[in-house]
Amino acid sequence: MLKKTMIALATAAVTLAVLPAQADTSGKKIALSNNYAGNSWRQAMLKSWEKVTSKAVADGVVAEAPAFTTAENQVTEQAAQIQNLILQGYDAIVINAASPDALNGAVKQACDAGIVVVSFDGIVTEPCAYRIAVDFKKMGAVQVDYLADKMADGGNLLEIRGLAGVFVDDEISAGIHQGVEKHPQFKIVGSVHGDWAQDVAQKAVAGILPSLPEVKAVVTQGGDGYGAAQAFKAAGRPTPLIIMGNRQDELAWWKEQKDANGYETMSVSIAPGVSTLAFWVAQMILDGQKVPQDLTVPFLQINQDTLEESLATTEAGGVANVEYSLEDAQAVVAGK
Amino acid sequence: MSLINRVVNPKFLRSALPAASFVILLTAIFYLQPRAMSYFGLNLMLQYAVPIALATIAQMFILTVNDLDLSIGPFVGLTASIGATLLADDPALGVLALVACIAAYGALGALVHWRNLPSIVVTLGMSFVWLGIAVLILPTPGGTAPAWIKALMGLKTPWVPFPIIAAAVIAVVVHIVLMRSSYGATLRGAGGNPRAIERAGWSLLKIKIVMYSAAGFFGVLAGLSLIGLTSAADAHIADRYTLYSIAGVILGGGEFVGGRVSPAGAVIGALTLTLTGSFLIFLKISPDWQIGAQGAILIIVLALRALIKRREA
Repeated sequence: MLKKTMIALATAAVTLAVLPAQADTSGKKIALSNNYAGNSWRQAMLKSWEKVTSKAVADGVVAEAPAFTTAENQVTEQAAQIQNLILQGYDAIVINAASPDALNGAVKQACDAGIVVVSFDGIVTEPCAYRIAVDFKKMGAVQVDYLADKMADGGNLLEIRGLAGVFVDDEISAGIHQGVEKHPQFKIVGSVHGDWAQDVAQKAVAGILPSLPEVKAVVTQGGDGYGAAQAFKAAGRPTPLIIMGNRQDELAWWKEQKDANGYETMSVSIAPGVSTLAFWVAQMILDGQKVPQDLTVPFLQINQDTLEESLATTEAGGVANVEYSLEDAQAVVAGK
Repeated sequence: MSLINRVVNPKFLRSALPAASFVILLTAIFYLQPRAMSYFGLNLMLQYAVPIALATIAQMFILTVNDLDLSIGPFVGLTASIGATLLADDPALGVLALVACIAAYGALGALVHWRNLPSIVVTLGMSFVWLGIAVLILPTPGGTAPAWIKALMGLKTPWVPFPIIAAAVIAVVVHIVLMRSSYGATLRGAGGNPRAIERAGWSLLKIKIVMYSAAGFFGVLAGLSLIGLTSAADAHIADRYTLYSIAGVILGGGEFVGGRVSPAGAVIGALTLTLTGSFLIFLKISPDWQIGAQGAILIIVLALRALIKRREA
């Protein structure tokens, strides 16, 4: 008994020494308000939240951190959900929002009730909320930067876009085009919509390939790299450098090629575990730490040397994921 | 008639059922979450009931004349989009657009009557038209609600929270017009016995136009009150209101045919629907079950009504 107490005291002393001047958040409650759970990315996002928060609760970092998902992807439903969470007395609400503007009324009410609101992925524009946004433009630009590094002479590019008319598609594509302006040795010779789905991408690439000159590399948006590779193979053309998007099938194909002929590429996307980053940011704010109102999500980039490690931890049919720790969150907040 | 007889009288039970379900649900919520039992709590829980109540009244007008409106949700989305864009930027143009919306609803009523078309088909078709126009006006979510609407919806009334006052005002005004006035009786008669109304010299065409226009007017009010709460709009903001409004009328004791409706019941029905959402969140039911549980509550209330009705017969 005495020994246990001593250990507890010692642990407390160490904790105090390591984390000086921290407010206690062990009695605080953080809720996740989520608008949609109908795809693998969102499922992984909820799983990561569950995993990290249940450990945080067990460790006594926070009192509870349940997740609430609306039955349908509806603004009014999520607004009502947020209002009910306010009533439940949560200290912070982490939101993946159905609409950037239409939840502002409910978000303002939460802020007025003294609740910390952190939005991520689907962010809200209400100024009182914190935002963890994805820099989709940069996600496009880094692809061309990587290629410029790899191929000094440049060459022809094929661009695979996402779902037409969706904000994310426009942003990533704009980033890719900016990258091409920056590295004029590259030229986009063709552009198709792959809708972020391997089968659609494969059909679209197969359709445009006969009209294209030699393609040195394929820039993508994720969920389309494997389909593109299959189309090149079916057409009997040499496989170009295809940028991947962290999907398991893409990584598996890359590994296969790497083992067979030393194929080199990179893979970039947003980890669904960004929900856990939002959790830690909310915890830090409750803790009384200074956090900027606008943060940017770091990408999860997989390189030649980290491929095996990432592939091993990615479920079949899933997306490479990473869960954030408090230290990771602190690094993001510090802008590192 | 003794008191007991009056209480077990099916007619009384029937009209008391909507209010009783509301009170039971509210009690359960207060038990689960005592914090809800406050000015602040009631305000938060019932705020979103105001636009739903207005949409439910709109649906009730259509049901009164034996029609069904499958387009009220997208229509509310359209008026919300107009409210957050045209009405905010250029009030005169905004008002004009909203009046045009109401006129379009009236014209639909005329069309349904004139060509003897099934209202379900016409309004189902129109739901895509409303949504299409809304997307044209507001391609991406956004806009800003006019400040006066936000101020009105955020009103801090003394003692009784604003949503409750608003609900009571809506119920009383519609009750007086539809249930107490002689023209209201004629309007309801057009659903109960259209032929008799026509023989008595009333124009059924005119009645349909009046009822559809009234529905359009309340649809506009629903859209505006909704953006007063959200402060911005989205073309899809009210897609679910179609089903909510039908469920609200039926929960409130209305019938699909025969002009048997109750404005007070419909408003209470809308409040009850809103509360079921809070109730399920406070119960911490897993999201996968929430929509089913919401349906189960509806079915229980309707089953009770069917039981009472059997005794009535």
